[in-house]
Amino acid sequence: MSSSSIFVIGANHHRAPIEVREKLSLGPENATALDAELSNLPGLSEFAVLNTCNRIEFYGVASDAEAAERVEAAFCARQRFDVAEFGKFRMDLRGREALQHLVEVAVGLDSQMLGETEIFGQLKEAYAAAQARKSTGPVLNRVFQKAFQAAKHVRSSTAITVGQVSIANVAVELALNIFGTLAEARIFLLGAGDIGEKTAKAFQSRGAASLTVSSRRIERAMDLATQLGASALPFDQREAKIADFDVVVCSTSAPGTVVSAAATAAAMKKRPARPLFYIDLALPRDVEAEVASIQNVFLYNLDDLAKIAEENRAARAAEIAKCRALLAERVDGLWRQVEPQLASIAGRNGSGPPA
Amino acid sequence: MNRAMLEILTDREWLWGGAALYLAGFLLGTVSLLKGGRPSSIVMYCLIAVGFVLQNAGLAERGHAVGGCPLGNNLELFQFTAWSAITLYLFIGVTFRTSLLGYFTACLTAALTILSLSIPAWDATRRAHIFGKNPWIEFHAALALFSYGVFALLALTSILFVLRIYSLQSKRIGGWFSFLPSVLDLDHIGVRLLLAGVVLLGASLAVGSVYWLRDPAKVGAGMLITAWVWVAYAAALAMRIRGKLLAKRFAWTCLVLFAVALLSLPLIDASRHPAPAADAGVPHERP
Repeated sequence: MSSSSIFVIGANHHRAPIEVREKLSLGPENATALDAELSNLPGLSEFAVLNTCNRIEFYGVASDAEAAERVEAAFCARQRFDVAEFGKFRMDLRGREALQHLVEVAVGLDSQMLGETEIFGQLKEAYAAAQARKSTGPVLNRVFQKAFQAAKHVRSSTAITVGQVSIANVAVELALNIFGTLAEARIFLLGAGDIGEKTAKAFQSRGAASLTVSSRRIERAMDLATQLGASALPFDQREAKIADFDVVVCSTSAPGTVVSAAATAAAMKKRPARPLFYIDLALPRDVEAEVASIQNVFLYNLDDLAKIAEENRAARAAEIAKCRALLAERVDGLWRQVEPQLASIAGRNGSGPPA
Repeated sequence: MNRAMLEILTDREWLWGGAALYLAGFLLGTVSLLKGGRPSSIVMYCLIAVGFVLQNAGLAERGHAVGGCPLGNNLELFQFTAWSAITLYLFIGVTFRTSLLGYFTACLTAALTILSLSIPAWDATRRAHIFGKNPWIEFHAALALFSYGVFALLALTSILFVLRIYSLQSKRIGGWFSFLPSVLDLDHIGVRLLLAGVVLLGASLAVGSVYWLRDPAKVGAGMLITAWVWVAYAAALAMRIRGKLLAKRFAWTCLVLFAVALLSLPLIDASRHPAPAADAGVPHERP
């Protein structure tokens, strides 16, 4: 039957908790060995593997009914994971449902962070790797290429990717609303907390001009600065040097504020025409609230950023139905093209006509 | 477009056509924003460009009729100011890459052109040959009005700036606020436009002063009002450069100054001596 000729099996964040995903994640060596094993697996004519931190998924075209189970068994054996245990977390989709899943993954509808675009690149890499080892054929080539086209269409026709949904990316988006580009933006990370570090990395990845780190423990600041390719600044110089920066990310665990309105006002006298953006991620807050009333100074705290991220998440969620409707048309069209190909495979192998 | 083609419609009909397209651009943009989408910049640009062609036809026909640059009454002054703003938007607005600039330009020019066409008194007197045979005075007047177009665009940029600041301070960056340019981009555009406007109006006054200095008795209130407008804008520019007038205050100052500049146009028109050909019967309708 044709609906069992194309399949996707695997596990992802919907059903498998992080402890399980850690065990299922394919390392580079295991991935290479498994690819070689699957290439010689009886009944499996085409396959591609999507292996990310949130999912391990095998897309395949089977020329006999047991091929998907053989893939599962080979994977579990390679990962030394009990097959029966895997069954508790397994996703197993066949036929049109497998296609629907693939395009939803490509759009980011199936992602933990709804509408994220990184998965699209990961899927493209997975397909490119499968092509390189010649494990794709006419069916998967068509399916993946059409899935990419459908994803681009849906992303450009809906607001599924509009607005940032993580604190760090919301902070970067706000900075872009102020400075236009980060090419000349100098970032000052005050405190060495995890969320501050993530935010600083987000700024770096978007091309910030420079990054300086300061922490109450200078050795911690120097370690982090080395790790991030930044420079370090003694903590007691933080207020005197504020005028040298455009974006100040605060995430200390200090019991009180560490940046005063007076120091900010003094800094703005040195750079009145250039805006200064404070991102206060600390609890209790690091920046005096009065800072917000100074001309050309913008202050956002953790709640402000979380609220924007939540609004963006809600806005994306409101687009899901529209995305699915658009995708359904594409998937129907794709299924009509793929079905005869699968029937032909089934016919060649004598496994009966398509359903 | 030759004279015969222009006369297919009256000058006012051409101008109404232009105004209608500017209004269409504004309404289309409003609908897009209300639906939560971005106004299509291509559609907006096309509507404004076609409106501009129609307005050009109207002004050209009017220019043929009055024998010079049509700046002889309030309708013509407002139309020319709108025309200048549109010219700037079409030719340099794209380089600013401010996505809502087209929408706000359509809004302002629709308001200016429809207002000017809707008040019959503003077009009751048509002065022909108001610049006599002196092309420099005509150049002075045209340049002064063109600088008002620059100030119009500056006012629009200032509105965008105020909205952007409001969005950031009220912590509402989604919806149509997401289409606004950044604070720094708007600030840079504003300073450049102010500089351009001050230079153009200053050049206009310099050209005019050569003529008026020869005959000080002819210096009218209009010239003095224009000079005061220039002084006010030049003072704003000086304060901005010295860092004394920044951010929201700078934007609000530009908005207030443009309102004053616009209000000065009827005063300038009222202060003009009746031109010799004022009652010469410039045709209002198609012959």
